[in-house]
Amino acid sequence: MENIRNFSIIAHIDHGKSTLADRLIQYTGVCNERNFQDQLLDNMDIERERGITIKSNAISLPYRAQNGQTYTLNLIDTPGHVDFSYEVSRSLASCEGVLLLIDAAQGVQAQTLANLYLAMEHNLEIIPIINKIDLPSADIDRVLEEIDSELGLDPDTHIKASAKEGTGIEEILEAIVERIPPPKGSGDNPLAALIFDAKYDAYRGTIIHCRVFEGCVKAGDIIRFMYNNATYKVEEVGHFLLQRAKREKLSAGEVGYIIAGVKTVSDVRTGDTITHQDRPCPGPLPGFKEVKPVVFASIYPIASDDYQDLADSLEKYKLNDASFIYEKDSSAALGQGFRCGFLGLLHLDIVQERLEREYDLSIILSVPSVRYRFTLKDGRVLYVDNPTHYPDPAEIDKGEEPYIRASMMLPERYLGSVMKLCMEKRGVNSNMNYTGPGRVELSYEMPLAEVIFDFYDRFKSVTQGYGSFDYDIIDYRESNLVLMDILVNGEKVDALSQIVHRERARARALNACDRLKDEIPRQMYKIAIQGAIGSEIIARSTISAFRKDVTAKCYGGDITRKRKLLEKQKEGKKRMKMIGSVSIPQSAFLAVLKSDND
Amino acid sequence: MIKSEQAGLYIHVPFCLSKCAYCSFYSIAAPNLIPEFIKALLREMAFWKSSCLPLKGFDTIYLGGGTPSLLSGGQIHDLLNAVHSAFAIAPQAEITMEVNPGDVSPEYLRNLRTWGVNRLNIGVQSFDDGILKFLGRRHSAREAVCVSDAARAAGFDNIGLDLIYGVSGQDVRLWIQTLERALSFVPEHLSCYQLSLEAQTPLFGRYRSEGLSLPAESEALDFFFATSHRLAEAGYRHYEVSNFARGNSFRSRHNMKYWRHIPYLGLGPSAHSFCAGRRWWNTADVAAYIQNLSEGKTPVWQSEELSAEQLALEALFLGLRTQDGIDLEQYQALHGVDLLTAKKQTLGQLVENGLVEIRDGRLSPTLSGLAVADSLALI
Repeated sequence: MENIRNFSIIAHIDHGKSTLADRLIQYTGVCNERNFQDQLLDNMDIERERGITIKSNAISLPYRAQNGQTYTLNLIDTPGHVDFSYEVSRSLASCEGVLLLIDAAQGVQAQTLANLYLAMEHNLEIIPIINKIDLPSADIDRVLEEIDSELGLDPDTHIKASAKEGTGIEEILEAIVERIPPPKGSGDNPLAALIFDAKYDAYRGTIIHCRVFEGCVKAGDIIRFMYNNATYKVEEVGHFLLQRAKREKLSAGEVGYIIAGVKTVSDVRTGDTITHQDRPCPGPLPGFKEVKPVVFASIYPIASDDYQDLADSLEKYKLNDASFIYEKDSSAALGQGFRCGFLGLLHLDIVQERLEREYDLSIILSVPSVRYRFTLKDGRVLYVDNPTHYPDPAEIDKGEEPYIRASMMLPERYLGSVMKLCMEKRGVNSNMNYTGPGRVELSYEMPLAEVIFDFYDRFKSVTQGYGSFDYDIIDYRESNLVLMDILVNGEKVDALSQIVHRERARARALNACDRLKDEIPRQMYKIAIQGAIGSEIIARSTISAFRKDVTAKCYGGDITRKRKLLEKQKEGKKRMKMIGSVSIPQSAFLAVLKSDND
Repeated sequence: MIKSEQAGLYIHVPFCLSKCAYCSFYSIAAPNLIPEFIKALLREMAFWKSSCLPLKGFDTIYLGGGTPSLLSGGQIHDLLNAVHSAFAIAPQAEITMEVNPGDVSPEYLRNLRTWGVNRLNIGVQSFDDGILKFLGRRHSAREAVCVSDAARAAGFDNIGLDLIYGVSGQDVRLWIQTLERALSFVPEHLSCYQLSLEAQTPLFGRYRSEGLSLPAESEALDFFFATSHRLAEAGYRHYEVSNFARGNSFRSRHNMKYWRHIPYLGLGPSAHSFCAGRRWWNTADVAAYIQNLSEGKTPVWQSEELSAEQLALEALFLGLRTQDGIDLEQYQALHGVDLLTAKKQTLGQLVENGLVEIRDGRLSPTLSGLAVADSLALI
């Protein structure tokens, strides 16, 4: 156990986490040049393309240190987005130390801070690393100053590196060995292992990723999940190299996997404790929490024939994403579909993209919603995350919506525009604090619904990419809510309905009308688009008709070509949804989420 | 009705002395090949005659091109004789030939009439020399006048003029002037085509390189309506998107077969045929066409078997190009779709917006509907 180090890399997005992981893997020789590809730990195409890590991942690196001893360095990769902060916290709980990566040009950012706080909560040894020192815009002195003043860490403990160019890698590996303490615990104690992730394997079922704190586990053991007392017989345990490497047992201090005939990842809770059935540990490891979705939207197939395909794909997708939930839903306008819950908008984006990409589905997404709370006059309390279930306004006594505390870091020069944005988004109780010369840490309490609408894109745009943002959900607050509907040629499109604050309804409706006007192709007749609260029309736009499209000639030799053209157009129309007599493209549903200021 | 169900025969003469700037039809400037070509055409007739194709009787013949009037009187005579001996041609058959102003003498026209050609389609295109030049036509406005007069003098009582509008530099007023000149001949039939730019034509390249543009939607619509209104006033029926007839009997019986899905056999390079749910077309290469037939091989280059769905779509978009529109009962019998029920909501919307009418069991486009006939077919 003396020769094990468990660590994680934490960083703001784009500060070079995956590249550093690649270098550590290459340096320790786990992977030869032949099977090396960039961002080894980001297995999914989406992860590589977006440059963010979505799933946790782990790998054991063998390292022969300068002191002559060989160590096993377990790198636990963590997701890099606020939607997945609980997963991050479980990964960190499995470590004794972290590499805190800071971009030499960008300096400390909101997620740097948020991640640092998380690491401190877990009493982890923190090694600050200034990455990207090769950049011409690198400003190491400033970053050192920020490490001192904003992070409160000793700047002398830092290491300078360029993961891209491979500088500083050995120094980092030595620091991991020297500064991060070895795990504690005893292989003789009753088993206590923390689940920090689970992945689905078509042949083996669920692969549980865990860190063993006490005791040891081996094939044939009967284990128990402390959250639901489910028991399983262990089939295999092992370490993570680039592939899984079977071992005889996993002991206290080690990171690895357990295969135990668990059917789906939904049977496993990240953060749960695994123990032995006949010799359980005294209690679960601390910090377990059940993650709950905060953003909800319905998914419909564009062609209603694809409903069963969609159902099958969601079932398969769910195998590997325990935080995604769904149930049957139906829309008057869009037919049969599913109501789904997500950890945040990025999570929603990812699910949508994977359904389209990996399962080849054309889907329409309704306008995302948060979960509102309504107290009715008869005292009943309703949680509503689907505008379709909006209660009768006459019966509502009180409406409430979830609030978040948004933490932002930004250069002072953007302060004005960010504050304006936050106020526009109904932000209150601001707090501001100068963390260094020209840098501000700003916090606001804001309705979550405003944040999911388009806050993040606009924040990035007003700070020209220099601002960073993170949030925590805090509580429910009373709010003057209304149901805003969109009508296309007089037909209500329920998938476009939104629950909004009354004061924001008109602006939101106008925005939706304008967006739809741009996205819905002109048709043979004029199309009216209206936003309404109940029977009151609060916004409208009109799409004029096109009036001439016919080709002049169509004789014997033209017919086949003409038909092929029309078939193609018909095919294109299939990717649209007929609402009444208007064809609405998929893009129109997405466009409603965007604001004018993009 | 039974009579009009007979098939049509099309003969493609793929030769032109020069290529018009806008034209994408297949033709070559090699009149020396004409004698061989005619031999090949006769072989093709024999080929189909001995085939199991159920098309043996026709009640329309259409000589199109290219420029059929590049064939000598004797060649036309031989060709028509061969058609009559190879196939059963109805006694009252409509026999149309396209002629080019400038190519034909009064004597030539008289001969055509004698040999049985009873309908002339004259490729006038414009009575404006500037526009004729722009379009790359070989003839002048004066020659167009001459040939029109000569056709009457030769005894033709069914004459159609082809015109093009929407040419760069031409506004609606200028176009109506050309239309008035055409009307002064009191033709039985008029085809008024809005200029379209076909890829790989010289005009396409010229529009692009000189930054010219076709009329925008609203202007195109002005042209379309002005043409229709002026011709309605003059007693013409706007029976298809680009075609007008002075009474139903002067509609092009041959062309209507295309829009009504009635079988037709096309002879000559690149000619298309349609019968029993199949469409096929000959090689577009004159030399290959001649060679294949001389070796006893088929001239057919490609064919397609139309699915029920494809036939239904074709029937819809072809029918909706015509003022008669679609016989709903017949459509249901042939394609198994009751349009009134299947497209109830959309049709309601289209009727309300004045784009189609549903009357006497027919679904037919209004004038505004004809202007968007391609989209109507996508309901």
